[in-house]
Amino acid sequence: MSDSPPPVSLFAWRPLLGILYRQVVLYRRSLPRWMEIFYWPLLDLLVWGFLTLYLKKIPSFLPSAVVSLLGALLLWDMLYRAQQGISVMFLEEIWSRNLIHLLVAPVTPYHIVFGAILSSFGKVLLSSAVAATLAYFLFSFKIFSLGLDLIFFVGALLAMGWALGIMTTAVILRFGQEAEVLAWGVIFLFQPFSAVFNPVGVLPPLAAAISRVVPASYVFEGMRSLLTGGTLPVRDLLMAYLLDGVYMAGAIFLYSRVIARARRRGFHLKLGS
Amino acid sequence: MHHVLVTEKVTKCYLPGQPPAVKEVDLTLGQGEILSIVGPNGAGKSTLVQMMLGLLLPDSGMVRLFGHDVSKERRRIAHRINYASTDLSLPYSLTVRENLLTYALIYNMKNPRERVARLLSTLGLESFAERKVGALSTGQVARMGIAKALVNDPEILFLDEPTATLDPEVSGQLRHLLGTMVRERGMALLYTSHNMREVERFSDRIVLMRAGEIAAEGTAADLMQRYGTEDLEELFLLLAGREEVAVE
Repeated sequence: MSDSPPPVSLFAWRPLLGILYRQVVLYRRSLPRWMEIFYWPLLDLLVWGFLTLYLKKIPSFLPSAVVSLLGALLLWDMLYRAQQGISVMFLEEIWSRNLIHLLVAPVTPYHIVFGAILSSFGKVLLSSAVAATLAYFLFSFKIFSLGLDLIFFVGALLAMGWALGIMTTAVILRFGQEAEVLAWGVIFLFQPFSAVFNPVGVLPPLAAAISRVVPASYVFEGMRSLLTGGTLPVRDLLMAYLLDGVYMAGAIFLYSRVIARARRRGFHLKLGS
Repeated sequence: MHHVLVTEKVTKCYLPGQPPAVKEVDLTLGQGEILSIVGPNGAGKSTLVQMMLGLLLPDSGMVRLFGHDVSKERRRIAHRINYASTDLSLPYSLTVRENLLTYALIYNMKNPRERVARLLSTLGLESFAERKVGALSTGQVARMGIAKALVNDPEILFLDEPTATLDPEVSGQLRHLLGTMVRERGMALLYTSHNMREVERFSDRIVLMRAGEIAAEGTAADLMQRYGTEDLEELFLLLAGREEVAVE
């Protein structure tokens, strides 16, 4: 037996590459997975794009409101995919009865989540690039008219999506596959309060109050402000990032608690079996 | 013998008021030793192995691997152990080679592609290396699982019923391979099985568990002599089925 090798560093790149490699291979040859990336954004784009064509013909309708619809759609899709990317990747480990292999390996549960974040980032970039290109050619909508400020909006939305993805993962880990519907549904719980297609101002008081603690509401308000010729609402954007920080801290706390409880109670050992 | 694994009075109870799944188990595994844990379903074998792997925390007692408390220092020893179980699989959409490469990377192995090529050759998996896991037979999946468990040259290998789904010829080849690794590399092997003939022929030492406790422990010859049985299967039926037999 050779001398004992040192422990795998928390910052070793190969384990993370291993987690990402698997995702790349999965997508490289799976048509359904590619369709999943492009199918829904394309359909959404067509439905909402055609609606904007109709609305443009209504004289009383503000052109800026029409433009905002498509911008909101593209940004909402990024938020949705960021959340789903984390939760579904975790579910795939359960479905393939592979989770225990990962938990035995010299990676921490945080490596698994970080790998999922990187992987979901790649999918969001790919999917958004295609949707933005189609929006330009089909409906002459330029998401990049938001300029570099777009980066700040996208960053705030991705952080919220990842935080929700980690929370969903924790709930699935705790309650098993019965909770897997959350992977697809949890984000829609936030949609009415995210001011995606409407300003916060039109919401009833209670809904408006809830929207004030949803980071995405500040992003979509800011996007509308920019698209209608306003300036970047720095204060709102800072609020979005502050709330993102709270969401992420809450998500990591919940995930850590569930992992610790799982090691005491063993409910994770039955997942997928 | 240098002990690479030691359990000290390990106890685990899943639900308050229920009998413990594992009760005050003291056990050792030496470098280069093959230890089999046998027992009826619900005897506590899997719970014990899960605590050894750090997947589950004991309520009391301690599991030490290479001198480290697994509950607190799992990260320090995780690269030196590995595990395969017939209950587990690997992503169905990936080929055997891709899955092994994934784990060679996750275990931070240098030259991962060469490592995987060697493993495929050693385990005779080359002919279906490019086949997706979803298209493999149960026996082939089990062999791939064992290949994954060997990807990091573990110093302790935990196998949960490794040959349950393999035909006798492949089981024999696998036992030969594992036996060679134990002799040549000093790898310690802990495995659970219901195949008493295999356990009898393959193990250096046998632990028989019943109701969360160690009911008997020793070499196959010792145990059969002590309980006056013809073979291990008879011993298993005697110890596993009869409450009145005193726990050794």
